[in-house]
Formats: sequence, C-alpha cells, structure tokens
Amino acid sequence: MSENITLEVLRYNPETDQEPYFQTYTVPYHDDWVVLDALNHVKDHIDATLTYRWSCHMAVCGSCGMMINGEPKLGCHAFLRDYKGGAVKIEPLDHFPIERDLVIVQDEFMEKLSSVKPYIISDHEKPVSEGEYLQTPGQLKLFKQYTQCINCLLCYAACPQTMLNESFVGPAALALAHRYNLDSRDCGKDQRAEVVASNEGIWECTFVGACSEVCPKNVDPAAAIQQTKISASVDWFKALLLPGGKK
Amino acid sequence: MSRRPYLRTVERNWWLSRRRYVVYMIREVTCLFIALYSALLTDGLVRLAEGQAAWDSYLTAISSPPGVLFQLVCLVFATIHSVTWFGVTPKAMPLMIKGEPVPPQTIIRAHYALWAAASLVVLIAAGV
Repeated sequence: MSENITLEVLRYNPETDQEPYFQTYTVPYHDDWVVLDALNHVKDHIDATLTYRWSCHMAVCGSCGMMINGEPKLGCHAFLRDYKGGAVKIEPLDHFPIERDLVIVQDEFMEKLSSVKPYIISDHEKPVSEGEYLQTPGQLKLFKQYTQCINCLLCYAACPQTMLNESFVGPAALALAHRYNLDSRDCGKDQRAEVVASNEGIWECTFVGACSEVCPKNVDPAAAIQQTKISASVDWFKALLLPGGKK
Repeated sequence: MSRRPYLRTVERNWWLSRRRYVVYMIREVTCLFIALYSALLTDGLVRLAEGQAAWDSYLTAISSPPGVLFQLVCLVFATIHSVTWFGVTPKAMPLMIKGEPVPPQTIIRAHYALWAAASLVVLIAAGV
C-alpha cells in the first residue's frame, strides 16, 4: 500500500486574500523525496495555483528557501523522511513580506546586498598582458568559506535582528562584504565600510548566531560579522590615535 | 496586477518561539548580574576608602544571609553568562597559526584554562 504524507502550506493570494491561511494537501510519501518534490507534486497534480520559487533542486541556486516546521530550510535540502509521523508545515521565509504563497519579497535584500559592493574592487586595472591576479592557497583559505553563500536568505529568516530592525543590512550581505575585504586582490574595504561599519551594519548584530546554524552551505556569517566588528574597531582607534590616521 | 505584499506581525514573545532565541536571551540577560556584582565590588572600594567603620559595615552586609544569597545568585548567572560566551568565542576570535585555523574546541578550552588560572590567582591572593 502506498504511503502518504500531509503538507500544511501557507497560502496568500494578494488579489483575493486579506491574510494568509493554511491549506492542507496529501501527497505520496517517498523516502527519497525532498519537500520540494512534494510541492512539485502538488503543483503538477493537485493545485496548479500554488506558487513558490525553485530552480536547481540541488542546493546551489538558493531559490527554494522556506520555513519547514518552523525552521528555515531549502526545500530541496529537506527530506520528507525527516518529517514522518506528522504533517509538514510549510511557510514562506520568516521576516520577509509575503508576495504570494511561499514567495517572499526580496527587493530590500537586493538593495542591501548591492550596498556592500560584493565584488572585487581594484585600485588599478591590470592589462591582460601583465597576467593573472595571483593568489596563494593561504590567501584563498582566509575567505573561501564565504564564497559558498548562495543568497538563499535562510540566515535572514533565522536572525531576530532582521525582524526587529528592517534597516539591518543582515548576515549574508555582511558575510559577503567580509569575503571581499579578506580577498588579497581587493582594495574596496574603505568603500564598503560606509555601510558595513554603520549602525545598520555590523553594530546592529547582537551575535545570536542563528544565521550560522541554519546556513545550508556551512558559511559562518556570525563569525564574519564579529571579525568585522574587531577590524572596524581597530580601524577606528587607529584613525583616532595615530597621526595622519585615515578617516 | 498591483503588488500587495503581506506583512506578518512581530509578537512580543518572539524570543520564546525558538530554543536558540531563548538561549540567546539567557546569555544576554545574565550580563545584568555581572553588572550588579561589579557594582557591589565598586561599592566595596568606596567603603574601603571611607575608613574602617564603613569597610566593617560593608563586610557585615555581604556576609549576611541576604548578602551571601545575592552573591550566590550572581555567581550562578555569571557562570551561565561566561559559559555561553566561551562557547561562541571561536567565532568572534578565530586564530590562525602557521596558516592553519586553530580548532574551535582548542580556543574554548583555552578560555576555561585562563578562567581556572585567574580564579586560582584570586584564591591564592585571598589566602584561601
């Protein structure tokens, strides 16, 4: 006899609903299915109006972040077998406005991300004839874990500060700023400091650490932010105490 | 179609919704007891400067049952605060030695070792 599992999915249609509500779906259970497979089954066979983001199905694109039984997870990274024995409650990521069903509004995050200039800023462009920008394995090791970030926003859904302070730049953007600040090829630290070292940047973080606990790629944004706090404090004291210290 | 995003409300007891938030709040709130004990020590210094009578009265007060109870409560909460902070120190203070990261457990153990050493110095200085 085939086994089933129940999904309780938060629905919200901005054209017809005043507020979200839970809708229950019963889907076939398979040991090797993830929550995203179950949602795709609903979309293909039960209710084509269910709306959610997904793309790669392999924890690379970062599109299918959602709350699964209250925890921020990637839908493609959460096996149904880990939720047997009860209904699986699926909601849009916490701390974001709901666009429709499981789709959240990401506009503010995109602005925050671009505000920290998450790309290499060189002080001079080298002509191709001069060769590559070389980097040692040791220099790479300093920042490599932060390059794994897929902008899935699970860390924002886990962080209570992003809920309490809308203007907080947030874990992923600050971790990426740290990633580029640590890159030996980069010269943009001062440009990023305006946002990173502001009240809405690292200083809004109270080191809950939830961001690092939920990251599906083992990035450690909490560590990045605390290290940036130390670095920003050192820079501030240098500017204050050293003659000709940079502003 | 015009957009009409739905904003979810923040509950006042949001921090009770997840175990990790409760642990975080305990870590943060327990710092108040460290501040209170620091105030008690500062008061001791002030009383010492005021003379023998003030110092004796201070010693009597902190040796009384309420005084001892207060210090015990502070000790319990300061211990919780310290232990939870030691647990997160590898994130705040990662060390690289010869290009290799020092394991988190080593950093945490080093904090406990320093704590024990500092306590030993205090106990010896106090003549216990």
